[in-house]
Amino acid sequence: MEIPKSFLGYKRENGRAGTRNHVIILPVDDISNACAEAVANNIKGTIALPHSYGRLQFGADLELHFRTMIGTGKNPNVAAVIVIGIEPKWTRRIVDAIAKTGKPVEGFSIEGVGDIDTIAKVSKKAQEFSMWASEKQREECPISDLWISVKCGESDTTSGLASNPTVGNLMDKLEPLGVHLCFGETSELTGAENVCAKRGKTLETKEKFLKTWNAYNDFILKEATDDLSESQPTAGNIAGGLTTIEEKAFGNFQKIGSRQFIDVLEPAEEPNKGKGLYFMDTSSAAAECVTLQAAGGFNIHLFPTGQGNIIGNPIEPVIKLTANPLTAKTMSEHIDVDVSKILSRQMNLDQAGDELIKATIRVANGRLTCAEALGHKEFVMTKLYRSA
Amino acid sequence: MSNTDIIIHDEKDNVGVVVIEKITPNQDCNCWIMENDKSAKIQSKSEIPLGHKIAMLDLKEGDTILKYGHDIGKVVKNIKKGEHVHVHNVKTKKW
Repeated sequence: MEIPKSFLGYKRENGRAGTRNHVIILPVDDISNACAEAVANNIKGTIALPHSYGRLQFGADLELHFRTMIGTGKNPNVAAVIVIGIEPKWTRRIVDAIAKTGKPVEGFSIEGVGDIDTIAKVSKKAQEFSMWASEKQREECPISDLWISVKCGESDTTSGLASNPTVGNLMDKLEPLGVHLCFGETSELTGAENVCAKRGKTLETKEKFLKTWNAYNDFILKEATDDLSESQPTAGNIAGGLTTIEEKAFGNFQKIGSRQFIDVLEPAEEPNKGKGLYFMDTSSAAAECVTLQAAGGFNIHLFPTGQGNIIGNPIEPVIKLTANPLTAKTMSEHIDVDVSKILSRQMNLDQAGDELIKATIRVANGRLTCAEALGHKEFVMTKLYRSA
Repeated sequence: MSNTDIIIHDEKDNVGVVVIEKITPNQDCNCWIMENDKSAKIQSKSEIPLGHKIAMLDLKEGDTILKYGHDIGKVVKNIKKGEHVHVHNVKTKKW
């Protein structure tokens, strides 16, 4: 198949391109959720991104909070941003960082004003942003404007056999075209960590990966009360035939095909070494991982599933594929691409990879994913430790 | 091409994955080895559902399970060729 060289995206002020055109109402903290949701109810064409944190965080955990907030606002799938916080200082810090992209962004704080007057003020600005964004048109963008993140979930053995290698096949075909790619799931590479480290492009990258993996593994061993049974692998994984974390890891690892990664990113960190594949240090919990990848600037996500994970994200469209014929049948409303014919050898990986590329371009052009049509918009902040 | 009941990732693997809805005891199964596109046959001893593993040879306690050509855990209870391989007879070496 000849791979399309372009897609129809929204060109942004900073040169990036979006596959979506969202106007987001971003609460800085948990207690500003009510205001943000009220505004999004008032003004059509806006979405609120409520979450649970943002108060009394400190150190690396606070830095991650800011990075996630700012990265979400900067993502090219977002046309304009309204930031609402209880206090002006942290709100301002987020607004100023997002403003560097050149997109419209405005901040509001609730203290000394109250919810009702804040909602009225913010709604007027949100209406202006929404109507402005509604005039944006899709334009032809080179395929290299796609930043594709990947993560699998509710995996079973069909993931390692077929759906993850399908993603790997796509990576092998699209990386040479200048696409940015990202995989994560530090804990789920356990057992395959040395094989994965070998895929680092330089000695420095290999060492950075192993250092990151060791830090995560030390944390897990310190906090684990038993052998992590029921968490890694999950009950769903075990029902699907996965026996150990090592088996899950080697299956997981199929998603990067034969690619090498050029850098190891902090959670929610934006890559800055140019096109190619990056590893991001993330949890393996689906919503946490995709939220971090979206905050890193990725504008379309591929999600292979075995037993049927149903996750979506508010700003980054999540495309699901499965190779499990039972899941494709019983959960069809969640599955964008069915590659189960690989198991019966009626389809090979090359054909499956092509199908996935076609689906990716259609979604990049604007086709809703199953998760979008079903209203899945899980926005989950990663928290490193307790607040002060 | 005959129907494939079991897929084996790598020639070195001592387990295969059931890719039909289930296999029943004493079923003669066709296996496909992905790595080298070869075929093999095995008779099952257990009922094994889609996605679950079958032992391709006799395995003793302490043996290493190989899948994708890599170590994915250790045998904790002897397994006969054709039997179901899962959490009841294999454990991680990691935690």
